Amino acid sequence: MSSKQLMSGAEIFIESLKKEKVDTIFAYPGGVVLNIFDFLYKQKDIRYILPRHEQGAIHAADGYARSTGRVGVALVTSGPGATNTVTGIATAYMDSIPLVIFTGQVPTALIGNDAFQEADIVGITRPCTKYNYLVKDVNDLAQTIKEAFYIASTGRPGPVLIDLPRDVVTSRAEFHYPDKVKIRSYNPTVEGNKRQIKQAADAIAAAKKPVCYIGGGVILANAADQIREFAEITKIPVTHTLMGIGGFPGTHPLSLGMLGMHGTYYANLSIHNSDLIIAIGARFDDRVTGKVEGFAPGAKIIHIDVDPTSIRKNVRVDIPVVGDVKHVMTELNKELRASKEPWDAIRKSWLRQIDAWREERPLSYEQDDEVIKPQFVIEKLYEVTGGDAIIVTDVGQHQMWAAQYYKFDNPRMWCTSGGLGTMGYGFPAAMGAKVAHPDKHVFSISGDGSIQMNIQELATTIENNIPVKVVILNNRFLGMVRQWQELFYQERYSSVDLGSVPDFVKVAEAYSAVGLRATKPEEVVPVLKEAMKIKRTVFMDFVVARYEKVFPMVPAGASIHEMIFGEEKKMEEKKLKAVK
Amino acid sequence: MKHIISVLVENKFGVLSRVSGLFSGRGFNIETISIGPTLDPSVSQMTIVTTGDERILEQIVKQLNKLIDVIKVTDFADKEFVEREMCLIKVNAPQEHRSEALRTADIFRARVVDSTQKSYTFQVTGDEKKIDAFIELLKPMGIKEIVRTGKVAITRD
Ligand SMILES: Cc1ncc(C[n+]2csc(CCOP(=O)(O)OP(=O)(O)O)c2C)c(N)n1
Ligand SMILES: [Mg+2]
Repeated sequence: MSSKQLMSGAEIFIESLKKEKVDTIFAYPGGVVLNIFDFLYKQKDIRYILPRHEQGAIHAADGYARSTGRVGVALVTSGPGATNTVTGIATAYMDSIPLVIFTGQVPTALIGNDAFQEADIVGITRPCTKYNYLVKDVNDLAQTIKEAFYIASTGRPGPVLIDLPRDVVTSRAEFHYPDKVKIRSYNPTVEGNKRQIKQAADAIAAAKKPVCYIGGGVILANAADQIREFAEITKIPVTHTLMGIGGFPGTHPLSLGMLGMHGTYYANLSIHNSDLIIAIGARFDDRVTGKVEGFAPGAKIIHIDVDPTSIRKNVRVDIPVVGDVKHVMTELNKELRASKEPWDAIRKSWLRQIDAWREERPLSYEQDDEVIKPQFVIEKLYEVTGGDAIIVTDVGQHQMWAAQYYKFDNPRMWCTSGGLGTMGYGFPAAMGAKVAHPDKHVFSISGDGSIQMNIQELATTIENNIPVKVVILNNRFLGMVRQWQELFYQERYSSVDLGSVPDFVKVAEAYSAVGLRATKPEEVVPVLKEAMKIKRTVFMDFVVARYEKVFPMVPAGASIHEMIFGEEKKMEEKKLKAVK
Repeated sequence: MKHIISVLVENKFGVLSRVSGLFSGRGFNIETISIGPTLDPSVSQMTIVTTGDERILEQIVKQLNKLIDVIKVTDFADKEFVEREMCLIKVNAPQEHRSEALRTADIFRARVVDSTQKSYTFQVTGDEKKIDAFIELLKPMGIKEIVRTGKVAITRD
């Protein structure tokens, strides 16, 4: 043994986090992790924030990760502490968000004994983590942490969990933090295949009606600049998924906005009529494709993704390119620039067609003088913030309106639970984003249903001075579910009326936060402006039109060009009334 | 379509459940799975027999490759290979049927590994067809128990 000092597992944990340059963790204590909290108490380098629920801890780490591109970190105790993280972990997993989650575990000798607060969290999270570890020997701890950060942040990113039995935390070992990791069975592809990139370039040059379709992979790979370059070289219009928001400037003339179930008319029609789709960092989710058999019937498909399993999982692909999106796009752009095609001329008629669709049916809603329209709140939020706020959402109609009506010109300004669709994600994730960006305005756009799923984090934001501005689009409904019941279940409103929602202004005040309310359209801007000035967490209760629906909408099972719109529904209603 | 896939994995705690969890979680079939050590004690070898069309098989291979603990995946579809399975079969063998049972076993080169007054236990090795055929022939005598190892396969050079 060398003369090096021995460290306890708890100290190794902290020193390893420092080596990873972790500045903040979200941590909730309990029996088996007391030693770690004791050492956290004795150090100054890592900020550790106590959420009010372990689910909040994971979403906060997730918001931190999405808004920065760095790995988010959380620490919880064994048993219920660990099981409370599962929804948060699954949320991050579905959206490929890099997290490292530490869970306490009962001492190794007791594992499998149904000991107090024992849960097989490694077993429970196996299908919703990129990888997970049970550390059985303190001598493996530093190496394990190094690997976890490496796996979480490379290739297709994702959450990695490390289960720490109590005796591993208390026993001692020498501390060596490895500089590098090499895992023989894990080698993500970075460079794309040159021949396939060339093939892609040729197909792009030959296409008459191409559309570029980008997903969250563009954000994860920090490839927004390369996408913009690609679009500007080739004059190819770009549509994004819910996760791809910010991957291409929303105000760019070539932006088609979002596609899919609540995509724009012109994005969906462009895809449907295209002869070439260039899918980048996207995975052809069913919310995007609609009925797969009817998806883009005349199009060749180029699919660029870091994860080979995404390719040909849901749709046929003609030219696959596996690799890091940023690398591949850089190479592809080189090819395209060299090809010197008369891009403007080639693209003219296709862009003219798309402009006609744009004019035919822009995103729209009917304004009202008396009642606040939820879309109006989002439009005003965009104006008041100048598009320069981080927007985090919950799940429901408000999420779709935020995606449709706020324009994002930059990546990592938008955090939403796309894959899992987790209500309750927004507020704690916004808290995490705000911790990472103290100088930026961070808004959480929530529904009256969703906000109640992690409302306890009000205390965390006040206690730790993390001012988050929460826009509650209060329709007193589980609105998205109600919309489906209205359209497809003959208005049988089963378990969607939230009737006596709490007084959100008073709730905010009870936690020493600020509550504001707007009930009329003219109050919207003043409330937003006031909230921007307040240096505390604010709940803004916008009492909005209860029966508003999200349009366009592709009904389940339909192809994406078969959209329904608000006016049609209204016309039907008028006809019905006339008959009666 | 039946496929044989050979998977080299890290010999680590939990690997089997990662692989089987992948199959169950994604609705892929496992017909048989067998696992054993390799010359390198840190590596285990799995042989999985699965069914599915080409698209599903492509996904299975890709998804297996994506598992962090998987070192190498070989799909035997386009390879020359030898496959073997072993089976232990306990059959009724009262006095009047004993010699017939032995004759049948002889044809299949099965060995008697246990014998009582009323039964024989045979060990038979071969490909799936051979084992199935042997079982069919023994059925009329009354099979008491069957244990099969699942397939192992190796490529030809
Ligand atoms: C945890 C969770 N439970 C249930 C659902 C199903 N769900 C999707 S949207 C929605 C309604 C959300 O209501 P609210 O937050 O008020 O938003 P609104 O649609 O009214 O804007 C529900 C229940 C979900 N996505 N997440
Ligand atoms: Mg609501």
